[in-house]
Amino acid sequence: MNAFWAILQRDLRVAMNRKVEVLSGLFFYLVVATLFPLAIGSDLDILRRIAPGILWVGALLSSMLTLGRLFEADWQDGSLEQLALTPHPLPLLVLAKILSHWTLCGLPLVLVAPVLGLMFDLPSQYVWVLTGTLVLGTPVLSCLGAIASALTLGLRGGGVLISLLVLPLFVPVLVFGTGAVEALAAGLGTQAYFSILTAMLLPALFFSPWACAAALRVALE
Amino acid sequence: MTPPHHLEIKDLSLSRGGKRLLTGLNFELSSGEWLHLQGDNGVGKTSLLRMLCSLAPPDQGGVFWGKQNIQDDLPTYLRNIFFVGHKLALKEELSPVENLRVECALMDVHASESELTDAMAHFGLRGKEHVPLGILSQGQKRRVALAKLKLARAPLWILDEPLVALDAPTVVLFNQLVQTHVTAGGMVILTSHQAIEFGCAGRTLVLRS
Repeated sequence: MNAFWAILQRDLRVAMNRKVEVLSGLFFYLVVATLFPLAIGSDLDILRRIAPGILWVGALLSSMLTLGRLFEADWQDGSLEQLALTPHPLPLLVLAKILSHWTLCGLPLVLVAPVLGLMFDLPSQYVWVLTGTLVLGTPVLSCLGAIASALTLGLRGGGVLISLLVLPLFVPVLVFGTGAVEALAAGLGTQAYFSILTAMLLPALFFSPWACAAALRVALE
Repeated sequence: MTPPHHLEIKDLSLSRGGKRLLTGLNFELSSGEWLHLQGDNGVGKTSLLRMLCSLAPPDQGGVFWGKQNIQDDLPTYLRNIFFVGHKLALKEELSPVENLRVECALMDVHASESELTDAMAHFGLRGKEHVPLGILSQGQKRRVALAKLKLARAPLWILDEPLVALDAPTVVLFNQLVQTHVTAGGMVILTSHQAIEFGCAGRTLVLRS
């Protein structure tokens, strides 16, 4: 467990000393969300309807942007070899890396989403439901994205491949994430959507580190 | 360092990128010995070391720790080796001490703050403990990587070109460190293009394709 915290702490500290990479994902999200009202116009009815979709698609694209670097730096400076050579289970260490990715790239999106929701004139109840779906959904994006990032490690043009591999996998998260707000608008309960998102999150958290570890071992050979 | 350890490589063949590099390689190494691997560029020294670390599988044959194939009980074997490769596995954004602290956590070594600074001081890095690693020179970074050896408790050190970019006084310090480790019952396998003599039991193996 010590090694788990060491890796988590190390990644967070490295990111704090290299703020550009962390902030690029957040600013991308802010810019994308701001561009839509500028392009579509200020009809509040339309903006309110498209807000959940825009905030969710923005989150998908933003996490795509940051996923490519998840294992890249460790691979280039040899840290990844060192991780594979510790007596600790590699999936555990990979989980620490996924968790740090979410803290640095997913959590900021969750935190600014309520502000952006207000910008789209969403009623507060809608804002909270939307934020709740992002809380459950963005870790799934980190977990799935990590697998693609591990699979494409060391490939030229890996970034494009990641998008092709991952975006289809993100579809269910997107559908149920935005679906919760739709259901609320239609006067239905949102409980089911939260349950489904949780049902996606738990297996993703459990299986993704194993899949990543297997892919990383192949990349290291 | 007790009990004594024994590493054996039996009838080993390995290839890289579809090209056969080494065939029928046999050697043994016991506690209190070092082995210097020599050979031309591209002969497979680094590939062999990576295989000894279990990072790449051999085509044929195996690596035995004690009497056991390392693949049968990898965690035990990994507890007994320490690898410093071409890439130093150091984070440029962190200070040398922070890098060493992470390394200790990964190795399950509980080192006090003074042990960390002592390890760095051994390689002449006093006063550099808290500067970002990125501003150090290539040789100084390598010294930080070698300071890990001072903290490692593993009996078998596997070192890929540890002398690159080191100045003459540091090479002497490194030699002393290896000598202390080997005479205390440790084992060292290293590659280097320079001739080395540690003043304790060991030998040189020249690899040919």
